[in-house]
Amino acid sequence: MSKLTPVLSASWDQADSFTIEGYKRNGGYTAIAKALAMQPDEVIQLVKDSGLRGRGGAGFPTGSKWGFIPQGDNKEHYFVVNADESEPGTCKDTPLMMANPHVLIEGVIIGSYAIRANYAFIYIRGEVTHVVRRVQQAIEDAYKAGFLGKNILGKGFDLELVLHVGAGAYICGEETALLDSLEGFRGQPRLRPPFPAIAGLYAKPTVVNNVESVASVPSIISNGVAWFTGMGTEKSKGFTLYSLSGHVNNPGQFEAPLGITLRQLLEISGGVRSGHKLKFWTPGGSSTPIFTDAHLDVPLDYEGVSAAGSMLGTKALQIFDETTCVVRAVLRWTEFYKHESCGKCTPCREGTWWLVQVLKDLEAGRGSESDLDKLLDLCDNIMGRSFCALADGAASPIISSLKYFRQEYLDHLVAGKCPFDPMASTLFETAGVK
Amino acid sequence: MSIQELGTESQVQIEMITCVIDGFEITVPKGTLVIRAAEKLGIQIPRFCDHPLLAPAGACRQCLVDIEINGRAFPKPQASCTIPVENGMVVKTQLTSPVADKAQKGVMELLLINHPLDCPVCDKGGECPLQNQAMSNGRPESRFEGIKRTFEKPVPISSQVLLDRERCVLCARCTRFSEQIAGDPFITLNERGALQQVGIYEEEPFDSYYSGNTVQICPVGALTGTSYRFRARPFDLVSTDSACEHCASGCAMRTDVRRGKTLRRLAGEDADVNEEWNCDKGRWAFKYEVAKNRVKSPMVRDSNGQLQEVSWPEALAAAAEGLKNSRSGVLVGGRATIEDAYGYSKFARVALGTNNIDFRARRHSQEESEFLETTKLTATYKDIDNADHILLVNFEPEDESPIVFLRIYKQVHKRSIKVTTIAPLASRGSEKLKAKLIRTTAGDETQAITNISGLTGKSVILLGERISETEGALSAVVKLAADSGAKLGWVPRRAGERGAIAAGALPNLLPGNRSVSDPAARIDMATAWSIDSISNEPGMSTDEMVNSDLQALLIGGVDPMDISAEAKIKLSKKFIVSLEIRQSDITEIASVVLPVAAVVEKSGSFMDWQGKVRKFEAAIDQTLNRSDVRILSMLADEIGKPINLPTVKSARAELDSLGNWDGPSSDMKMRNPTAAQKVSGDEAVLISWRNLLDKGSLQDGEENLAGTARKSTIIISNSRAQTLNVRSGEHVRVSNNYGAITLPCQIGDIDESSVWLPRNSLNSQLIRNLSVVSNSVVKVTKA
Amino acid sequence: MAYSPEQISIMDSIIARYPRKRSAIMPLLHYVQSIDGYVTNEGIELIGQKLELATAEVTAVSTFYTQYKSKPVGEYHVGICTNTLCAVMGGDAIFESIKEHLNLENDGVTSDGKVSVEHIECNAACDYAPVVMVNWEFYDNQTVQSVKDLVDSARAGNPPAPTRGPKSLRTWKQNSAVLAGISDGLANEGVQAGQPSLLGLKKAKGGA
Repeated sequence: MSKLTPVLSASWDQADSFTIEGYKRNGGYTAIAKALAMQPDEVIQLVKDSGLRGRGGAGFPTGSKWGFIPQGDNKEHYFVVNADESEPGTCKDTPLMMANPHVLIEGVIIGSYAIRANYAFIYIRGEVTHVVRRVQQAIEDAYKAGFLGKNILGKGFDLELVLHVGAGAYICGEETALLDSLEGFRGQPRLRPPFPAIAGLYAKPTVVNNVESVASVPSIISNGVAWFTGMGTEKSKGFTLYSLSGHVNNPGQFEAPLGITLRQLLEISGGVRSGHKLKFWTPGGSSTPIFTDAHLDVPLDYEGVSAAGSMLGTKALQIFDETTCVVRAVLRWTEFYKHESCGKCTPCREGTWWLVQVLKDLEAGRGSESDLDKLLDLCDNIMGRSFCALADGAASPIISSLKYFRQEYLDHLVAGKCPFDPMASTLFETAGVK
Repeated sequence: MSIQELGTESQVQIEMITCVIDGFEITVPKGTLVIRAAEKLGIQIPRFCDHPLLAPAGACRQCLVDIEINGRAFPKPQASCTIPVENGMVVKTQLTSPVADKAQKGVMELLLINHPLDCPVCDKGGECPLQNQAMSNGRPESRFEGIKRTFEKPVPISSQVLLDRERCVLCARCTRFSEQIAGDPFITLNERGALQQVGIYEEEPFDSYYSGNTVQICPVGALTGTSYRFRARPFDLVSTDSACEHCASGCAMRTDVRRGKTLRRLAGEDADVNEEWNCDKGRWAFKYEVAKNRVKSPMVRDSNGQLQEVSWPEALAAAAEGLKNSRSGVLVGGRATIEDAYGYSKFARVALGTNNIDFRARRHSQEESEFLETTKLTATYKDIDNADHILLVNFEPEDESPIVFLRIYKQVHKRSIKVTTIAPLASRGSEKLKAKLIRTTAGDETQAITNISGLTGKSVILLGERISETEGALSAVVKLAADSGAKLGWVPRRAGERGAIAAGALPNLLPGNRSVSDPAARIDMATAWSIDSISNEPGMSTDEMVNSDLQALLIGGVDPMDISAEAKIKLSKKFIVSLEIRQSDITEIASVVLPVAAVVEKSGSFMDWQGKVRKFEAAIDQTLNRSDVRILSMLADEIGKPINLPTVKSARAELDSLGNWDGPSSDMKMRNPTAAQKVSGDEAVLISWRNLLDKGSLQDGEENLAGTARKSTIIISNSRAQTLNVRSGEHVRVSNNYGAITLPCQIGDIDESSVWLPRNSLNSQLIRNLSVVSNSVVKVTKA
Repeated sequence: MAYSPEQISIMDSIIARYPRKRSAIMPLLHYVQSIDGYVTNEGIELIGQKLELATAEVTAVSTFYTQYKSKPVGEYHVGICTNTLCAVMGGDAIFESIKEHLNLENDGVTSDGKVSVEHIECNAACDYAPVVMVNWEFYDNQTVQSVKDLVDSARAGNPPAPTRGPKSLRTWKQNSAVLAGISDGLANEGVQAGQPSLLGLKKAKGGA
């Protein structure tokens, strides 16, 4: 029996799933009626009780985040959706918004109502034009249907929702950088404290939630806490989207209760690329330390992955088989962090610059074993020393790959070059060049 | 009132926090950052981005330390420049925590991987925080074997500042200064990641009046001054604390001299005045002191009308001969030190026996003389810090007293305080202050002043010297201040004016605020000076002296073109004794010229606009030039009526001993308001002020500085532009019977009846070109 | 190039979306690109004027984000993902062969101005790797040959439709307007989801 639990993706196979008609036909926009009939604090409590945790990587309880917003402070509050999906390997929010933008909007309405915000933003990355179209259209349709704007459902609640399109900066997925970007500045992280709940957008109390977290809220309101907590594990409640990519026979999105294992997901989906075997994988994007085939049975929930030495992150399961050179993979990720470093702090800006140079040499088989120690020491000088978590993410693949594949690094040095054939790992190898 | 105020102040309890740093307990006010609490213990945590006057950035990560609070340790080292101390906090710096030490060494190594090894040719070498801290907190050797980042170097970001991006550590001090302190965000961090770099928008250079501060606070050699680049080594320089002679803001300065020559000047530190900042004029205008036309020896005009170098005794004898037994007077100028001004003041009264003395080489009025005699000027920088509302009257602080501007801007930035300006137009400065503009034209300010409401005892009224150009305005201000309880400040442009008032260099005022009209004060003064009496006849003002039939004038540091277009011709008919540092329009007509010391060559003091004395010592001591007061003392001896002020020190001591007059003071005679002049058709009322950077003679020879001056334009209203059928940037001509000025026009928020020009800028020197500076009707036509 | 009154009024409407006008800088920069093709000095100066910012402040923002271009790009801007997963799955091979095919370096533009090429970072479509974006529309599961065909037909003026996107590919400028929040009415075109997005749902329903 399948362990899958499609909720967010349940309607994606309907051709008009992204339209307001399609959404309503599937029961959409009924949760707001229920939520707006409740007191805002009751909504917050319900989300707290559900145990919903942030699906954007950090796993912070969503209800608690909402509860931090000071009430009765006579200040504007803002509700901001982090739709800047950019973590390498992560590809869940983008298909969600393409196939069902209204569930996100319904979540925004409920969240804004709960924290008493009358202005909300969806900060979406700028490199997904068609998703921008879909969300923009959905917002316009929601306004026309009276779900946004003044006096929503006649309940006296007003909400303006603006789609804000980014322009290419991974760092804007960091919530304070996102806020600076939304305010019209360079997207560089802010000092904390103050936290966004106290001084966020325009220095006003602000909630920033990931797309999937917000989109999960309407179903929790509709189906109740017990329904949600009936899925998942003790501390990681509910369902979530797992994104399987790379050297698998059938990549794609799989919605399942938290705690499912990669072994189970591979069984359901059709396994690792035929004729090959699993070498290493990321549990939650490139910033989470890599796993190997020894970790196939790690429960993919917040606690399970953490106990095994990595992080659940965005549940972006990037699968690499034995044809893949781990040094090349790590170098490429490191180049990504160098490219995306905002430049604000020294360890990240200069550190990623240096790491790329060292890794390039190692991939080309230049250097000596002592360079591996130097690499680790550099990571030690970067990780936990920088302004935000981006540089921690940069160090993760290096440290974890050296932990599991040190010999492969040494093999490069012995060979004086990369011992792998890059063509062997391409899709064309199996699919054939057209 | 004052007792009550004191009571309120003492009730403000500052919460104190006790924490432990490297095993030492320390108690500091709440809000103190860890890095500064450590400083108080003498523990130096290395840093680059941290600056006490800028908002914390936490960007360079050089100051990482280990922190625990009530036994709970942070999982990783924290930036001590961003974290305030807390009770129960235990901090371990690099001195006691191996983790913090390694973190700091790691960051330093990273900062250096892309830093060029050009210290031997870098201006900063020898005084470089990066160099110093790399030695104290860095690894002995770098492990970097890769390729360094390179950029074109240097690139000029203005005519006076050069940027070397390779050396930059991206601490963002310069960009934060420009945005937070100066309000001139013309330099920014551009690009990102390893390519992040300081830069300007390519069409708009870093023309901020305060740009030099970024050079000073740059912790590496990334920003250097064009004029100083490659000129000196810090270890060859001898530094002297000094005070700025350029304006009445009162900046503490540091003058760096090598072998008798000033190489550079830096902002000094004074929390009560300029904090750690100054303006570019103060920093980069000092070449005048070594100008080629320096007067080096005394000169006397011979029978052929030529000045001939002579010995001091000859020159003094000639001067004394011309001055004594003639109807004479003294023009001091606004740039004298207090000691020199006192010398002139005493010289007039004792040696010449007259009250004909005035320091005002600018527009002035009888109303102003009385205002300065009778009005208590109490406002200070601290009052600006605490103000609820600041009212500016005919005062453009950014141009006319730049540190006053910074102080107001700080409060606008920090507390969004209210600023109102009574002015002809919204200048760039008042826009930055988000000031509410009460638009006036020259001559009708009085009504606007009278209509001001809502000032409180916490408000501050700041007057520019140009207020004297409108009859009745000062009277209205005095009433407004009395009625509202607001503090009053009068901010002259020149550094010597407040001091000259204190020294009695006014026709109606003796030293220490003693009125000439007060018999008791005169007796007091005469006694102190051991002379029989002081004339009870009020003296002549500057204009009166120039226009009078006085036979002789003693003139110290005055440009006749600051008085009027005809002043030189009129003065040329008199016997002139000129005390000057450079050949000038006055030395050209003087009968006797006596060289005096420039500011760097002498000691003395200025009094800033608050009335605070700013003492300084000579930065260059190997000079034969003497301060004015010494020369005056010799001249008085020669005349036979000694003033006994042989040194600056003796002048200072004597003035101090006089004290301030505490007898009754008279009230100011109130003037009625005037109305603005009526204009029609192509006529307009002329309005002007001096831009900070202009054709002022103390800026002579500073081409790099001049390159950042605001471009001369004629500002007209939109409706006038339409009537004239001109667009912004097209040329407009302003003329009167005397002359004309043609410049590109700028359309501004100016009263339709008015036209504005810079008073003394390139191609717009109003006295020279038009013979008037304001409140006068001119014609405005399309050029 | 001077902006028309209509364009200025669109800019004003963009500014009006936000509680504070500075927030409008990013959509305004996208909008300038929709008119000029890249971030021109005229655009920077106008945005500075509109938002009461120094031109340096606008530059600081425009140079931070990689989608804002300081020089013209092609009518069809081709982004080839070379982040680890796509690179390994074939992105590297595609990028190298396309550069050779068009005789361009990274960020280069063909002489006819039709096509420019850039290697891009992860574009949130890893289950469709290797991914290529043209004017930020998805071209999924690409091969060396499919991308060669793509750029050739783009240069000939008839690029294929995106895999998940509108029925036909719009130009760089047209799509920049969409990113500025100006609707082109094409939201309803194209599939609701690609096959990989539906895989979990199918499996849950017992499908193969």
